[in-house]
Amino acid sequence: MAISTIPGNEVVADLTSDRPPKQRRERSVLASVLLHGTLLVAVLIALFPVIWVLLSSLKPAYAIQSTHIELFNHPSLDNYRHVLFDTSFPRWFLNSVVVAAFTMLIGISMSATAGYALSRFNFPGKRGLMWVFLLTQMFPVAILIVPIYTIMAKLNLIDTKASLVIAYCTVAVPFCAWMMRGYFDTIPRELDEAASLDGLGPFGTFWRVILPLARPGLAVTAFYTFLTAWGEVAYAIAFLQTDKNLTLGAGLQQFVPRYNPQWDLLTAGAVLITIPAGVVFFFAQRHLVGGLTAGGTKG
Amino acid sequence: MSATDVTPAPAPSDPDAPRPPTREPGRLRRSFDRHWYAWAMVLPTVVVLGALVLAPLVQGIYQSFTDLNESNQRDTICTKTLGGGTECKPNPDKAKFVGLKNYTDVLSGERGRFWLQFENTIVWTIACVFFHFTIGLGLAILLNRRFRGRSLYRVLLIVPWAVPAFVSAFSWKFLFNPKFGLINSMLEHVGLNGVEWFNHRWTAMFAAVVTNVWLGVPFMMVALLGGLQSINQDLYEAASIDGASPWQQFRNITLPGLRPVSSTVILLGTIWTFNMFPIIYFVTGGQPAGQTEILVTGAFRAAFEGVRNYSLAATYGVLILSLLMVYASFYRRALRKQGEVF
Repeated sequence: MAISTIPGNEVVADLTSDRPPKQRRERSVLASVLLHGTLLVAVLIALFPVIWVLLSSLKPAYAIQSTHIELFNHPSLDNYRHVLFDTSFPRWFLNSVVVAAFTMLIGISMSATAGYALSRFNFPGKRGLMWVFLLTQMFPVAILIVPIYTIMAKLNLIDTKASLVIAYCTVAVPFCAWMMRGYFDTIPRELDEAASLDGLGPFGTFWRVILPLARPGLAVTAFYTFLTAWGEVAYAIAFLQTDKNLTLGAGLQQFVPRYNPQWDLLTAGAVLITIPAGVVFFFAQRHLVGGLTAGGTKG
Repeated sequence: MSATDVTPAPAPSDPDAPRPPTREPGRLRRSFDRHWYAWAMVLPTVVVLGALVLAPLVQGIYQSFTDLNESNQRDTICTKTLGGGTECKPNPDKAKFVGLKNYTDVLSGERGRFWLQFENTIVWTIACVFFHFTIGLGLAILLNRRFRGRSLYRVLLIVPWAVPAFVSAFSWKFLFNPKFGLINSMLEHVGLNGVEWFNHRWTAMFAAVVTNVWLGVPFMMVALLGGLQSINQDLYEAASIDGASPWQQFRNITLPGLRPVSSTVILLGTIWTFNMFPIIYFVTGGQPAGQTEILVTGAFRAAFEGVRNYSLAATYGVLILSLLMVYASFYRRALRKQGEVF
């Protein structure tokens, strides 16, 4: 197994069969108990905040704010009904979907060809560009947020979805290029050569041969970009002002102001935000780490 | 990754970009003929990066040398005249160039609380990355064994990664709530006193670190698991035939074998944690009295809360970026000294 391909993929291949390449000698009972015990504790810690919020979201407001520990207390979907029908939550949800979807589309379409060029060709400026991509991942939100805010203010774009999409693209575009380069690297170069023997130019090869093959990688990159935009808060809080324009990241905090926080609304909202993110995430996660670290592990 | 081995160079995606003078005429022309499609392919990205990253970056650096804030940001002041027209005059109090004043003010502590936030950032980053890595490595090693149900364990263990960071932040704030939070309830259940988590600097920081460790471990675990599975298993076989103890195997096979993956994830993890905005912002909110603010949240509050001080925030931004770049270059140099190709 070569690390120079995508390590994440190997993990999946092994785990689905539950069979690592090498047989190990049998474990003692004590070692087995320790192994499972440790993992169970870890799983418990990983899950209990999620489960606790889920359980709390089903309780009435007075029971959430009680010191008495109980798993259920008059479970009902009242909090959800309240969030969905009496607050701007659905509106924020829609805004988040729109912003994340546009970020994703722009991120992918602007960077797919760059990922391919970086994977296949040696051209002057390649190393510099790779360096820039890495550098943008290092940018603190603090350095771009102010200048982008002042630019948006000049363009009268503050408090619009467009301003957020533009801000998110600063991270999404280099990230997508970086990820996709990793995926294109896993597609054999022989295909390019065959295509060029058949008379396709570099653009034809990319468009008609490589891109269709890279569809899974493309999907994963797209989903991950979507999730990043879905969970972003700093730009959202800074740029958005009116209640109906907020995205989820900026909106959720409205449920818990310093005085009179409404944890019943917050817990229900948190669950509603997490469900779509979780579904998308579990689709994307298998290939994700491979793509992220493949660039770094290449010699 | 060989591409990052070079010193930063501008990306000449533009074929007309100035190039070193060439002896033979027509070399530029031939280079263009050979590379034009590669350049054309990276062009969209380069244009986007130039417009959205480079231009604001330059502007941000410039702003850090001015006294720009909410009140003096307009170039012109427009007033409505009789008859519905508007009349615009240049703003006499327009933001002006102040040289290094912002930097001296910030670094001497005259404005803002840079050093307190710096200290917080360092503690925060080291604590988070340390626990991310050690816990992630421990779990990865356990999951790398062969036993029933390990794919189920793996899926369950990455659940925290699937939760958006700001939702995790609110969830843990809920758990750490001093009045009715589950954590204090459990402490009281076993006969201890509840803790006023957000009334003291280090307990508040502890709560934030716990939150961030919880949500960051899965990434490390999955990345390191990938690294572990790429280590040649024959090495372990050979080592155990030679009588190496498990600890020796771990020291001499596992850790060196993981080096390429671990060096990348530690670098990335440090940068991400350093810039981690939502956890501090929502979990501690700087409580008590701004004592748990890190640099990134400090910059954000300077720019967007109270009287908006854009130049101060820009100065913070430049300082944070410089710190990270110094760190990254030292880190890479250290790796290269150990003979690591990165």
